Amino acid sequence: MTPIPGPASGGGNGPPAVRLVGVSRTFGEVRALDGVSLEIRDGEFFSLLGPSGSGKTTCLRLVAGFDRPTAGTIELHGVSAAGLPPYDRDVNTVFQDYALFPHMSVAENVAYGLRVRKVPRDERARRVREALDLVRLPGVGDRRPAALSGGQRQRVALARALVNHPRVLLLDEPLGALDLKLRQEMQVELKALQRRVGITFVHVTHDQEEALAMSDRLAVFRDGRVEQVGSPAEVYEEPASAFVADFVGTSNFLAGEAAAALTGSPAPITVRPEKLRLLEAGASLPGDSCGGPGTVSDVVYLGVLTRYRVEMDAGAALAVVEQNRDTTSAEALSARGRRVLVAWPRVHGRPLREGP
Amino acid sequence: MSSLRSLSTFLHRRPRLALGLLLLPPVLWLGVVYLGSLGALLLQSFFHLDGFTGQVVRRLGLATYRDLLAPAHLDIARRTVAMAALVTLTAILLAFPLAYYAARYASPRARALLTLAVVMPLWSSYLVRVYFWKLILAREGILAWAFARLGLSGVLEGLLALPGIGGPSLSVSPIGTYLAFVYVWLPYMILPIQAALERIPPSLLEASADLGARPGATFRRVVLPLALPGVAAGSIFTFSLTLGDFVVPGALGDSSLYIGQAVLAYQGTAGNVPLAAAFTVIPMAVMALYLWGAKRLGAFDAL
Repeated sequence: MTPIPGPASGGGNGPPAVRLVGVSRTFGEVRALDGVSLEIRDGEFFSLLGPSGSGKTTCLRLVAGFDRPTAGTIELHGVSAAGLPPYDRDVNTVFQDYALFPHMSVAENVAYGLRVRKVPRDERARRVREALDLVRLPGVGDRRPAALSGGQRQRVALARALVNHPRVLLLDEPLGALDLKLRQEMQVELKALQRRVGITFVHVTHDQEEALAMSDRLAVFRDGRVEQVGSPAEVYEEPASAFVADFVGTSNFLAGEAAAALTGSPAPITVRPEKLRLLEAGASLPGDSCGGPGTVSDVVYLGVLTRYRVEMDAGAALAVVEQNRDTTSAEALSARGRRVLVAWPRVHGRPLREGP
Repeated sequence: MSSLRSLSTFLHRRPRLALGLLLLPPVLWLGVVYLGSLGALLLQSFFHLDGFTGQVVRRLGLATYRDLLAPAHLDIARRTVAMAALVTLTAILLAFPLAYYAARYASPRARALLTLAVVMPLWSSYLVRVYFWKLILAREGILAWAFARLGLSGVLEGLLALPGIGGPSLSVSPIGTYLAFVYVWLPYMILPIQAALERIPPSLLEASADLGARPGATFRRVVLPLALPGVAAGSIFTFSLTLGDFVVPGALGDSSLYIGQAVLAYQGTAGNVPLAAAFTVIPMAVMALYLWGAKRLGAFDAL
C-alpha cells in the first residue's frame, strides 16, 4: 500500500473533502467498519469498491450523517462532522432505491432541497430547470416519479441532489438497478457530469468494472477494512493483496511447488489472465518469460474474447484470456484437450505477501 | 382425481369463466343483500307515515325529509356530527404517535405486542366494555376516586360544572359519552395509520434530511402526506361508527339523543320507518361530503 500522489483533478492543496480517521461502526457483535482511514480529495471521483457486506455503504452513511461512528472521526473539508445531523451537512446523496417522494411531481422532488432552505420561488424554478437540463431530462417536471422509467428516475435523483450545489455528492450504487446497456451509458455520462460540475463524487459500488471505468481513485473494502487505495491502474496492476487481485478483475495465483516449477521460485505470485499467452506445445519460452506445458481443459467463447482453462503439468490450473483477433469461434472451441505451452513475461507476475 | 384435473384444465383455458365463478358469490352478496337493503332504505325515506292511521303511505314524496328538518331532529343531527368529528380528531391525535412508534421504532417483538394490545379489546363484547365505562366514570367510580386521591377533585368538579358538556357525574355527561366513544373506536384509527406509516420507505425520511429538512419539515412534507390515506381510512371508521352508534350514548351521557338512538326509536317503538330511514341518510351524506373534501385536499394523492 504505497502512498501515491496520483492525478488529483482540481482541488489544490486545501483540506481533503472527506477525511476518515480510524472510523469503526459496530452493530451488536458485527463490525461493519473496522478502523477505516481514508482521505478523499476535493474534486475527485472516488469509489468505494467491495463485495456486499464489506462496509462500503456503512461508510457512505456515516459521511452522509444517517449513522454515527462507534469510534473514530470524520471531517468534511477540514471541519469535524461529529454530531452534525444530515440536514446541516454540505453533502447530498443519491440513494440506491432513488428515494423519490411519490406524492410529489418530478419538479417538486428536485425543488425539495431548495424549498426547505427557503430559496425564493423564481430562483427555485430556474435552478430546477437547469438541474433537469443538466441530467438531460427536460420537460418531465410535471410528471410523477411513478410514471418514469428506472433510468429516468435515476436522473431525477441525481438532479435532486445536484440542484443544491453540494460540495460532496454521495452515490450509493446509483446504477445498480439499471440494465447493462443503460448502466454503461450512465457510467460515461456520470463521469462527464462530474468533470463538468467539479463536485467531489463518492461512489459506492460492488462492480469492479464500473469502479475502474469511472474513478480517479478507489478504495477496495473487505470485511470492514480498506485493503488498498489507489488509481484504477495501480489497483489493477499492483494489487496489494490476493483479495484485491481476485476481486478487481480475475487473476491467477501460484505458490509453492507449482510456482517453483513455472517461475523458478516458490514465492507466491499473481498474474492476470490476459497477460498469459497460449503457444504451440513444442515451442520454446520467449526471452524473459516464464511458464510451462499444460492441457486445455475448458474453453468459454465470449465473442470478443475466449477464456481458456489450462491444467498445467506442474500441478496448477491457469485461466488464460485471449482476444479473438485472428481466431474463429470454431478454432477457439476446438482447443479443448490440446497440449499447449503457457507463457507470460516475467514483469507481469506480481509477488504477493501471502497466498490466496 | 382425473375429473378434477380435467376441470382445472377446462377452467385454465377459460380464464374469464374462472374469474366469473370466483366473483359470483361476493357480487351476489354485495349486489343483492348489501346494495339491495341500502336501496330499500333510501326508498323508504321517500315514503311517509300517516299521522292518523299510523300506517306507512307508500307514495314517493319529500314529506319525511320536511319532518327531518324539524328543530329537534336537526339538533340530534348536529350533536351527533359534532361528537363524531371530535371523537375522530381525538383518535387521530392519540393514534398517530403510537402508530408512528410501532411503525418506525418498535422491535418486531414490541410491535407484535403493541398490535396485540391494540386489538385485544376487540375480542371481548363491546357492550360489556361500554358498561364497564359506567363503573369507571360513575360518581363513586374509579376515575372520581383517582381524582380525589390526587387531590384534583376540584378539577373534576369544575369540568362537570361546564355548561353543555358537564353533568352530575362523568357517566351521565357528554364528556362520558365522548370518552367511551374515543375508547371503543381508537383501534380502528391506529391500525390503518400504522399500515400507512409502515409503507413509507425509511430512505424517504433520510432523503428529506439529506436535502436539508429538519425533522419537523420532514414530518410535515413527507410523513404526513404519505400517512393521510391511512388517516382518512381510520377516520372513515371512527366517524361513521360514531354517527351510527346507539349503545354508547344509551349507556353513558345525559338523555339527549344521537342519530343511532333516533333511528332505533323511530323504526321500533314509533313504527315510523320512513323517518328512521331518512335519519340514516344523514351519516351517508356527511361521509360522502367528508370523503369528497378529503380528496379535494389531496388525502389520496399518495395512493
